[in-house]
Formats: sequence, C-alpha cells, structure tokens
Amino acid sequence: MLIKLTGGAVYDPASGIDGAKQDIYIQHGRIVDKPAGDFKVDKEYDLKGKIVMSGAIDMHTHIGGGKGNIARILLPEDHRADPVARTDITRSGCGHAMPSTFVTGYRYAEMGYTAGFEPAVLPINARQAHMEMADIPILDKGGYVMLGSDDYLLRMLTAKKDQKAINDYVAFTMQAAKAIGVKVVNPGGINAFKFNQRKLDLDEQNSHYGVTPREILRVLATAVKELGVTHPLHVHGCNLGVPGNVDTTLDTIQGIGGLPMHLTHIQFHSYGTEGDFKFSSGAAQIAEAINKNKNITIDVGQILFGQTVTASGDNMRQHANHKHASPNKWVTMDIECDAGCGVVPFKYKDKNFVNALQWAIGLETFLLVDDPWRIFLTTDHPNGAPFTSYPHLIRLLMDRSFRNDMLATLHPEAQKMTTLASIEREYSLQEIAIMTRAGAARLIGLQDRGGLSAGNWADITVYTDNADRQKMFEKPDYVFKDGELVVVDGKVVHTTWGTTHVVKPDFDASVEKDLQRYFDRFLTMKLGNFTISDDEITEDGRGSLTVHPLKGDVA
Amino acid sequence: MAEITEVPSPFCGIGTDDLTIQVDGVALKVVKNGCAVNTPAFEQAITDTSPRVEGKEVSLAVAIAKAAALLKNTNQPVIGGCATDVNGMRALLALADQSGAVVDNMNFTGARNNFLALQDSGWMNTTLAEVKNRCDVLLVVGADLESFSPRFFERYLWNEGSMFLEDTGKREVIYLGQAPSGQASTSPKGQKASVFECANEDLPEVVAVLRALVKGNPVRVDSVCGIAAADLQNIADKLLAASYSVVTWAAGALAYRQAELTVQTISEMIKDINNRDTRSSGLPLGGKEGDQTANQVCGWTTGYPARTRFSSGFPEYDPYLYDSNTLLANGEADALLWVQAFNTDALPPATNLPMIVVGRSGMAFAKEPDVFIPVGTPGIDHAGHAYRMDNVIAIRLKKLRESGLPSTADVLNAIEQAL
Repeated sequence: MLIKLTGGAVYDPASGIDGAKQDIYIQHGRIVDKPAGDFKVDKEYDLKGKIVMSGAIDMHTHIGGGKGNIARILLPEDHRADPVARTDITRSGCGHAMPSTFVTGYRYAEMGYTAGFEPAVLPINARQAHMEMADIPILDKGGYVMLGSDDYLLRMLTAKKDQKAINDYVAFTMQAAKAIGVKVVNPGGINAFKFNQRKLDLDEQNSHYGVTPREILRVLATAVKELGVTHPLHVHGCNLGVPGNVDTTLDTIQGIGGLPMHLTHIQFHSYGTEGDFKFSSGAAQIAEAINKNKNITIDVGQILFGQTVTASGDNMRQHANHKHASPNKWVTMDIECDAGCGVVPFKYKDKNFVNALQWAIGLETFLLVDDPWRIFLTTDHPNGAPFTSYPHLIRLLMDRSFRNDMLATLHPEAQKMTTLASIEREYSLQEIAIMTRAGAARLIGLQDRGGLSAGNWADITVYTDNADRQKMFEKPDYVFKDGELVVVDGKVVHTTWGTTHVVKPDFDASVEKDLQRYFDRFLTMKLGNFTISDDEITEDGRGSLTVHPLKGDVA
Repeated sequence: MAEITEVPSPFCGIGTDDLTIQVDGVALKVVKNGCAVNTPAFEQAITDTSPRVEGKEVSLAVAIAKAAALLKNTNQPVIGGCATDVNGMRALLALADQSGAVVDNMNFTGARNNFLALQDSGWMNTTLAEVKNRCDVLLVVGADLESFSPRFFERYLWNEGSMFLEDTGKREVIYLGQAPSGQASTSPKGQKASVFECANEDLPEVVAVLRALVKGNPVRVDSVCGIAAADLQNIADKLLAASYSVVTWAAGALAYRQAELTVQTISEMIKDINNRDTRSSGLPLGGKEGDQTANQVCGWTTGYPARTRFSSGFPEYDPYLYDSNTLLANGEADALLWVQAFNTDALPPATNLPMIVVGRSGMAFAKEPDVFIPVGTPGIDHAGHAYRMDNVIAIRLKKLRESGLPSTADVLNAIEQAL
C-alpha cells in the first residue's frame, strides 16, 4: 500500500527541513521517495494547514520495571480517580501518575509519541522491565541498564581491574539485560546506603570499598565510549534534591574530563543555598557549563504542580526524602547486591516555596541552554510530573506570556528568586522537534527513527497549527506508527506492537568465567538463568528486537 | 533419557535454580538439590491428557467452545486460583477484561495483610542476595521458615561464602511466635536459634511492645503474652546493634483479624531501626505457585493487585468485596473459572455454579466441573516466567519435556477468542 501525506508543513530537523511544505510517501512501513513514473496512491491524506513531525521519542521515562509497579500497587486511590474503560480495540486500565502498561501506550500515542525509553533497568530486574514494556502497545521501547552500585563492579574497582575488564563486564551486562544504554544512579550511593552511609559526595569513599562516585563515573563513561555505544553514560548524579548540589553537578561535569556524558533530570541537581530559605536556583551556572562543555547533554526533569509519585533507583536519597511523602507512605528496597529503589509519592504545590522554585529552575534551564540538540524535554515521568503533562510543558516553553502568567501565581518569595520573568526566549516548533524527535533519536543512536526522509520508519505525527500549543500538542490529527494509522483526532483507532531497541557490544567471553564463580558463590541464581534470551522478547509473537550499530571507532 | 541442570523452580518461592532433573519420556526425577516441596511437585506424573466436558473426554476445541459458552452470558463471572506463569496471567487478565470477571488470586486473603500495610504506610524491604551477603541478625515473626521453604537456610544463611560477613555461621537467628519445626535454623557449628514462643494471635501485642522498645520507649510490664519484657528488650538491642538485620514474616500465617496491623507494626519498626543509625530490612515470605506473579502482572495491567473486578468496564480494586469465596457464598457470582497450573491439590471452592477448571493434570474433583482442561505446568511442560518471593526477580522457567499439554495462556487466549 502506498500512502501519501499531501501538503503539510514539515518540521524535520534531521534533514534540516524547517516548516517547508512537502509531500511524504509511505510504503511497507517506511518513508519512501516519490515513486518514479506512473504510480497509484492507495490512500491520501490532505495535510494542507497541518504540521508534520516524526513521532516523538521520550528518552527518559519510567515505564517498565519493579519500582514503577511498586508505585502502581502503592497508590490505588490515584488510579480510582482516573479509571480507563475498555473499548472494542483497547484494553482497560488506569491512568494519572503511574498508568497501567496498556494505558501508557495509548496515552503516549495519543500525544504523538511513538517511542519511550526506560532509563533505570536493574540488571537483575531487567526481565520485569522488558515484560512490562512488552505490554505497552504501539510504542517502541528500550532500556538503559543500571550499573555503579553493583557489588561486582565495585569489587573490580577495589581489585584495580583494568579498563578492558570493566568494558567486558559492561558489554556482557548490556547484552544480558537487553539494553541500549548504560545508566548510573547516585554512583556508588545505593551501595553505600546498604552500609548505612546516608550521603555520598562526589569524592566521598564508600566505607567498604573505598571507591568514590567520581571514579565510578570515569570508568563507566570510558567503558561506554570505548565500547562504541552511541548513548553516552546516562548519569543521575550525587546529592539529588540537596540544596547546594549545583556545585556537585558542576564538579561532575568538570570531572568527567571531556568524555561524553548525559546528565539526567538536571533540575533536581541544580540547587543553590542562597536566600532567606537557603534554597536558590543554580540553573544559570548549569546552563553556562552545558553551553561550554559540548560533551555534555542533559534532560531537564521538569516538575509540574499536582499529585505524582517519585520512583527512583536512588534509595539513599529517596529514604532521606520520605519526610516529604504525600500521602505519607513510601517504599525503599535494597536489591540483590545489584541496586535498590525508592518510591515516594509527592504533591508539588505552587504555593510551596521550594516546589515553586523547582518549577522555575527547570524552565530557566530549558531557556538558558542554547543548543536544543543537547537538551531534552522530560519530566522524568512520573517523578516531576506524569508524561501526560508534556503538552502543557511545551506551551510553557513556546509561549512567554502564558509562562509569565503562571509564574505570577506562584509563591511570591519564589518569584523573587528566579530570573524567569526576564527571559524572553520562546521555543520554536523546530526546536521542539529537535528536543523531542531528531535530537532524541541521535542521542540514543536509533537508526532510521526520528526523521522524515526516505528510509526512515514511518513514525509520523500530524498536528493542526494552533496558537495554544498545549491544545495543539495534546491532540494530534493523525499518528502513524511504522506506517500504520494508530491515532485520529487524539484517539487510538488501531493498536500495534513496537520493537525493542538494543545494542550488542562485543565482550571477551572469558568475563563469564569469573562472573559464573561470583554468581555461584554470592548471588542467588545461576549466571545462565540471569541472561535474557532473545526468545523471551519475541516468543509471544508481538515483540521484536532491533539491534542498532555501534560507533565506528570501536576499540 | 536426558539430564537437565540448573532447573529453576516455581514451587518453593525462593527461586532455587540449581536442580538437576532426569527426563525419561514424560517422567521426571529430581536427582540433585531436591527438597520436600520441589521434588514431589516436579515428579508428579501426568494423568489427564484430555479435556472433559461433563465428565466425558472431548477435544480441546470442544472444551474451549463449551467454556466460552458458559462464560458468554454471565453477569459476574469469577476467575479464581490465578496460579500460573506471566503469560498465563496476561491471558487471564485479557479474558477477565473481556468477560467482566472478578480476578482473585487464591492466596490473596493472606497476602492482603501485606497489601493493606503497604498501601497505608509502605515499608523498607530487601531481597535474597542481600540476606545471603549482609544479614547478621534474622528475626522470624510468626512463621515456620523451613516448612515454608526447606532450603532457605542452606542457601541464604548458612552459605559458605559471603561478601560482607567473615563467618556466616555466626549469624543470629531469632524466632518470635511460632517455634521452628526442625533444625534447619541451627548453624553448621551447632548454634541454635533463640526461640520466644507465643500464639500467633498474640503477635499484635508482642510486636507492638518490641517496636516500643526499639524506639526506646519505656515499657511498664514484666512480660507480654508469656514472653519476658527483658527478652524483648534483648531482641530490640540485637536489632539495633546489628549492621543489617532482616525481619521476615509470612502474611498468610498471620491468620487472625486485622493482621495487617501486625505487618504494619513490623514494617514501621524496621523504619524506626533505620532512623537509629543502622540498617534493617523486611523480607515478606510468599510467592509460591504464582502468587507474586499474579499480583505483579495484575499490577502492571490494571494498577491493582490480583483481587480486581472488571464488570464496570474498567478495573476496580477492593481487597474485601471481591473475595471470590464471599462472592460465591453470597450468590453474587454466576460462573467460576478456576486456573491452577501448579498444584493438583489446590481445588476450586465448592459451588453449584457453572464451573470451568483450567488445571494441572491430575486434579481429583469431589464434583466434576462442567469443563476441565488439563494444562501444562510452567517450568515443566513449557517455558515461562515466575516471580520469586522477593518480587524483584522473575525466574526464567524451562521446558523440560514434550507432554503435548497446552499452556494456560494457550487455553485462556483461545477462550477469549471464542467469546
């Protein structure tokens, strides 16, 4: 079947097209060049006056894995307020803060998203992450495997194993857990919490291993680079949420010595200690450092007001934050000499000084970082806000008067502590398309996604131009996934199953020998039962694996 | 004859995956690392191979058509048991969504003690590898750990190697409530567990006093339900002196009213210990025969654990109202589908309603169900996934033999299609 999308204004930063009127042809799930000679269009969509972008990609969203499911089970009252009924083509479920898997797929697609990446896949919990994501319809998905607090790596560092050995371990773990990236959360801190350390600064030693977060970051960032993995080491830094952590974050940027590094939900790591409340914005300093250091990318982790739930691997910080739990119930877990997690419900309030300033800090960061290819639109779903708030966030970025109207309603002391009102920048459609499409695909290393030129998979979103950008982005006219029409007028009309994106970096098989001894002696399962096989992803007939290339400079 | 090694078990809840099993046709023999729970569960022979409708052997297609016909015009069907693997639960929930059923895991009433505490105040928990490497004091509350899981101590306490303990034999084991039924909790060097017995019904009082002592609150009694206050003070001191204590309980063993408050007191006590400059974690026991699997898959599919109703068109959770036994007893249900792929002794509740059983081969019914479809057991007849007691790890179950029995998912998907 040949589909033609006629006359839309195309925003495709991957090919440098910024609003030009262009026709797009789709065949066999992919975008194709206009066929030569005589041809018959089987289905044509008249897109005059419409805006066309590729399907949006959420590069950091907690959509699969144990902590998310704890968050679901923890909050029946939140689900009751947002029941989702079954239809002839969709499954029932629940919505709001941590939606059920099926509803996650529907609601992302209904906003024009066609892919989401779970950033915190514990190696030992990777099966669950993939099983949950396998029940998310329409979206493509993938995961970043979490290392850095696992005892195996820390033992390697204490034993002064060389970088090559660490690279082998990282590559083995990426393959075993079916990952496309590597994440580190509070480097070494989750481990230190098990030894009763309650904080861990960048240069503070783990009391058992004597290893510092700075060393962990350095070896993991090096491993990711040397293995040729496109997505840079994905870093949730030290001291999340602690006033004054802007210094830690700046030090982290300097300390990585030019290696590629992605700092995630940086809003939570951009706090100073100035002012009457000893809490201030560090966004300007952070943005300056990002603008200067081209090896660094960030996503924001914007907070938006209302009830949500925070689910993180960082059990050290989540334990400290439990005092703010609202409603007052929370979970932490120590997990399998591998990692941990913490789940704390949060209600961000616009009349709360700290929350109001967090809101402003996130927006300052968005607006002060110059290069939209190195900053990504996230709320760290569900930690800053549920992903369903993205259209509202886009309006805040694109519409200064709307932003300033909102700002004027916040805690008055917070208004005094932010420069937001004076920032004139408004994001353009092309910049939004970079942050949420082309840039995200490039950052993750997705081949044939995030662009609209021929050869790309036909993940396409069509909007009606509307000065109210929130309205525009919350209800696309059409969404195509791999060439199939899945959404019309913001409602799912057809469901499909996306693929799971992975990379398969090489490792020396000898790494398994020592791992096998370690598993037998200290862990609770056999190494052979730990590794996830391809058929676990594909055997249900819905799932598939897409292996992306590594960078050419593989060692 | 083949020998399969590193076989994981869905039966014991602790995820043992070191069994060696001999396969001779469809006969299985556990030749290494068996135990009183796993060996009989693996070795049980296949008897039924053919579905039955009203007691007569029929083809699978006929049985599925009949099952669909029985479910078709119901107002409130109930799907009980819910004992299967991840794919089985996926299919079960799809069928429940379509038929407007109540989904109720057979052990939910026990597990409810945990869910109510979790959903009211939360907890700080741990997993088995942390126990194996860190736990220096284990407090067992109201459970007979070794009958629950015969190899728990061998695998996770008296293990030779530990990353953070010099001598695992020096770990301290304390029982509060029920005394252990055997010697598994005695260390290899002969150090016995300390046992402070009381009736499980007395645990609310005993645990409340223990928590008060952990917090340093004064207690003005000499004994609590037969346990000396000084002994409880001693336990509190040990928990506070430990580097990483672990407190374990079995929600289902706390079979008295409002036992969720006991779980809550234990969990809040663990939080208190963590506020007194040391670490402590909880370890709820459970997860046999698909309990955790049912709750996990129902959790991501609906947002709620596995006592959830679909008859409004969307999932609704009520840990009391949707108890299938209550629904059946009160005449609020009009059909029962019982799903139990692991245990032939776990039979459906007695009812005169139309009844479909999708069960492990070999079930002996007091009253023949309208439809019985024998299915393969996950981890024996087909591959699959099952959650361990600590909820984090889904073990990859292996297919050990070619029995020709369909999986739970095959059967439930076919019934859904036929609807």
